[in-house]
Amino acid sequence: MKPRHKRFALIGGGLAVIGIAAVLVLNAFQSNLVFFFTPTQIAAGEAPKGKTFRIGGLVKDGSLQRQSDGLTVQFVVTDTAKEFTVAYTGILPDLFREGKGVVAQGKLGENGLFTASEVLAKHDENYMPPEAQHAVDEAHKAARTVKQ
Amino acid sequence: MIPELGHFALILALLVSLVQGTLPLIGAHRGNSGGRAWIALARPAARTQFLLVVFAFACLTWAFVANDFSVVYVAQHSNSRLPLEYRLAGVWGGHEGSLLLWMLMLSGWTVAVSLLSRHLPDAMTARVLGVLGLIAVGFLAFILFTSNPFERLLPAAEDGRDLNPLLQDPGLIFHPPMLYMGYVGFSIAFAFAIAALLSGQLDAAWARWSRPWTTTAWAFLTLGIALGSWWAYYELGWGGWWFWDPVENASFLPWLVGTALIHSLAVTEKRGCFKNWTVLLAIAAFSLSLLGTFLVRSGVLTSVHAFATDPRRGIFILILLAIVIGASLFLFALRAPKVGLGGSFGLVSRESLLLMNNVLLVVAAGSVLLGTLYPLLIDALGMGKLSVGPPYFNAVFVPLMVPLLVLMSLGPLARWKHADMAAVLRRLTFALAAAIAIAIAVPLIYGKWSTLTAMGVLLAAWVAGGSAVAIIERLRAGGLGAQPLHWWGMHLAHVGVAVFVLGVTLVSSYQEEKDVRMEPDDTVSVGGYSFRFIGVREATGPNYRAMVGELELSRDGKVLRTMKPEKRAYLTSAMPMTEAAIDTGLLRDVYVSLGEPVGERAWSVRVYYKPFVDWIWGGCLLMALGGIVAISDRRYRMKKAAASAAIVQGAPA
Repeated sequence: MKPRHKRFALIGGGLAVIGIAAVLVLNAFQSNLVFFFTPTQIAAGEAPKGKTFRIGGLVKDGSLQRQSDGLTVQFVVTDTAKEFTVAYTGILPDLFREGKGVVAQGKLGENGLFTASEVLAKHDENYMPPEAQHAVDEAHKAARTVKQ
Repeated sequence: MIPELGHFALILALLVSLVQGTLPLIGAHRGNSGGRAWIALARPAARTQFLLVVFAFACLTWAFVANDFSVVYVAQHSNSRLPLEYRLAGVWGGHEGSLLLWMLMLSGWTVAVSLLSRHLPDAMTARVLGVLGLIAVGFLAFILFTSNPFERLLPAAEDGRDLNPLLQDPGLIFHPPMLYMGYVGFSIAFAFAIAALLSGQLDAAWARWSRPWTTTAWAFLTLGIALGSWWAYYELGWGGWWFWDPVENASFLPWLVGTALIHSLAVTEKRGCFKNWTVLLAIAAFSLSLLGTFLVRSGVLTSVHAFATDPRRGIFILILLAIVIGASLFLFALRAPKVGLGGSFGLVSRESLLLMNNVLLVVAAGSVLLGTLYPLLIDALGMGKLSVGPPYFNAVFVPLMVPLLVLMSLGPLARWKHADMAAVLRRLTFALAAAIAIAIAVPLIYGKWSTLTAMGVLLAAWVAGGSAVAIIERLRAGGLGAQPLHWWGMHLAHVGVAVFVLGVTLVSSYQEEKDVRMEPDDTVSVGGYSFRFIGVREATGPNYRAMVGELELSRDGKVLRTMKPEKRAYLTSAMPMTEAAIDTGLLRDVYVSLGEPVGERAWSVRVYYKPFVDWIWGGCLLMALGGIVAISDRRYRMKKAAASAAIVQGAPA
C-alpha cells in the first residue's frame, strides 16, 4: 500500500468516527433536550403535551398536599403571575419547602396536571434555582409592562 | 495580623512569579552567551514562590483553626462548633480558599519540577518553570484582584455562618486536593509542550520527560473524580454515582483528553511520531482544566461547587483561558510546520491502534463538551433555557466507548510499525471464547436476560482477557520478572477499566430501588434483602440534631445488622441533610435513606440494592494504581548522559 493510500485510509477512519459521533449527537439532541417553561408560558399553552420538559417557580405557601400513601404529593408552583399544579410520587429533596424555589422535570397531562418524574435538589437553603428565578423575573417584567 | 501576613505573602509570590515567568524564558531564548544567569534564576524563583504560597496557605489555615471570624472567608465558611477536621478542610470549602488550594498545587508541582529536573538541560528547565511561572502570575492575580481569601470583616462576626453541611464529610477532606492535583498537574504537561515548542526541540526526549508527570497528574485526576463520585453516592442520598452534571463533566473532560494524551505520548516517545498531535492534546488537556475551573467557579453553573457568583471572576478566568488557548495555539501554528513526521508505520500497527484510541477519546470528549456547553450557549444567546440530561450522554458517549474497549485488548498485543492482525486475533481466541461464556453466564445467574447487559459483561471480560493473555504469554516465555514496571502499570490500569465496566454494567442492569412509607414493624425487601423498620429516635451531634432511623437488615430470615440512616438539621444553617446508611459488600451494597416523617410514627424511606457498585470505584483505584506503578519505572530516572544517549539513538531521522 502506498503512503498516500495509507494516509487516506487513516483520515477516512477518523472522519468515519466523527461522522458516527455526529449522527449519535444529532439523534440524541432530537430526543433528549429538555426545555424549560415558566408557569406563565404554560398558562399561555406554549408547553408541549406528552413531552418531557422542566418547570420552575416558587412552591405556593400552604399548597403541599400529601396523600394517604405518604409518598404521593401535589403542590402548586407559581411565578407570582400564573400557577399550576404538580404531582409527584417519591421522596422530596431535603430542601423542598413551601415558599421556596423549585425546579421539576416531567410531563403535562391532558388534564393540565404536571406529573413530575424528578424534583430537583438544591444545595443551599438560600439558593434559588436560576430557572425558578428566571420564571419569577419574567413574570415581574410582564407585570411591569402591563402597568405601563 | 496573621491574615495580613498571608495576604502580603501572596503579593510577594505574585512578584516572584513575575520574575519566574519572564527572565528565565528570555534567558533561554538568548542562549548560553547572555542568558545563563537568567536561566539560573528559574529554580530559586520557583522555590521562593512555593514557600510564599505555602506560608499564605498556612495563614489561612490558622485563621480557620483559631476561629478568626474577622476574616470574611472564615466567617462565611466556618463556625466555632465545627469539628477541627472540617475547619481544616473548610479552608477549601469555598471559592477563595479552593483557588488558593489550586495555587498551592501549582506551586507544589512547580517546585517538584525544579527538584526532579536535574537530568534536563538547564534551558529546558528554565522554559518549563518559566511557563509555570506565567500560569502562576495569572492565578495569583486572579486571587488577589477578585478573590482575596484574607479580606477582613469589620466589625468581626460573632460566629461563623458554618460550612455547607453537604461538605461536612470526610469526602470533602480528600476530594478537592486529589482533583486539583490532577487538574493542575496537566499544567506540567502543558508547560513541557510549550517549552518544547519554544525551543523547537519537539522530540522523543521531550515526550520521555513529560510522560511521568502527565501520568501522575492523570492518576490523581482519576482518584479525584472517583472520590467525588463516591461522595455523591453516599452523601446526596440518591444512590447515583454519576449524574452527567456539568460540574462532573468539567472534571471528566480533562480526564478523557488526558487519557488520550498519555497514550499518544507513548507513541511519541517510542516511535517519534504524533508529535504535533501530542502537543495539541497537552494544550487541550490543560485548557479543559482551565475551562473546568471557569465553569465551576464563575457561577454559570449551579451546583454544590458553584459558590458565590461574581461576574468579574468569570470574566477574569475567561480572559485567562482565552490568553492560554490563543497564545499556545499561535505558538503551535508558528512551530508545527517545522516538526518532522517521525517514524512511518503500517495501517495495521500499534501506532494506528493508538491513533484510533486517540480519535475515539477526543471525539467522545467533544460530544461531552457539546452537551455541557450547549445549554449555556443557548441561554447566553437568549434563546431560552434547556438542559441536556443523562439520556443524551448515555446515547452518545456509551456507543463511542464500545470500539475503544474492543481495541483495548488488541493494542498491547500488536507490534509497533507492522502488526499481523490475524495473528493477534489468534492469540486472543481463547480470551474471546472465555469472555463470551462469561457474558452469557452472568445474566443467567441473575435470572434476567438482557442483551445490553451481556454486551457490557462481554466487553469487560474481553478487556481483562486481553491483559490476561499478554501476562500468560510472558509467563510462558519465562520473562515475567523481566517485564518493566510500566508494562505492569498499563495492564493494571486496563484491568481497572474492565472492573469499572463490569461494575457499571451490573449496577445499572440489576439495581433495585423502592420508595416506601414505613411504620414501625413494617418490612420492605429489595434484591433478596429485607428491612424491618424499628423506629426513629433523636440524637445530637457536635453541630447538628439528628433523627436516627433504625432498620433491621436481614436475608433469608437471618438478621445481618441494624442500619441507622440519619436526617440531620444543622444548628447554624437550619439546613436538613440526609445521611444514608450503607452496608458495603464486595458483590453488592444495600443502601437506605430516610425521607421525611409522614404521619404520627411513619416515615418515607428509600431502599436500594446495588450489585457490584463498589467495583466502579475499585476499577478507578486500579487505574490510578496502574499509573503510579508505570511512573515508578526506573527508565524515567536515568542520568542526564544516559538519557541523551538513548535519545540520540532513538531519535528518528
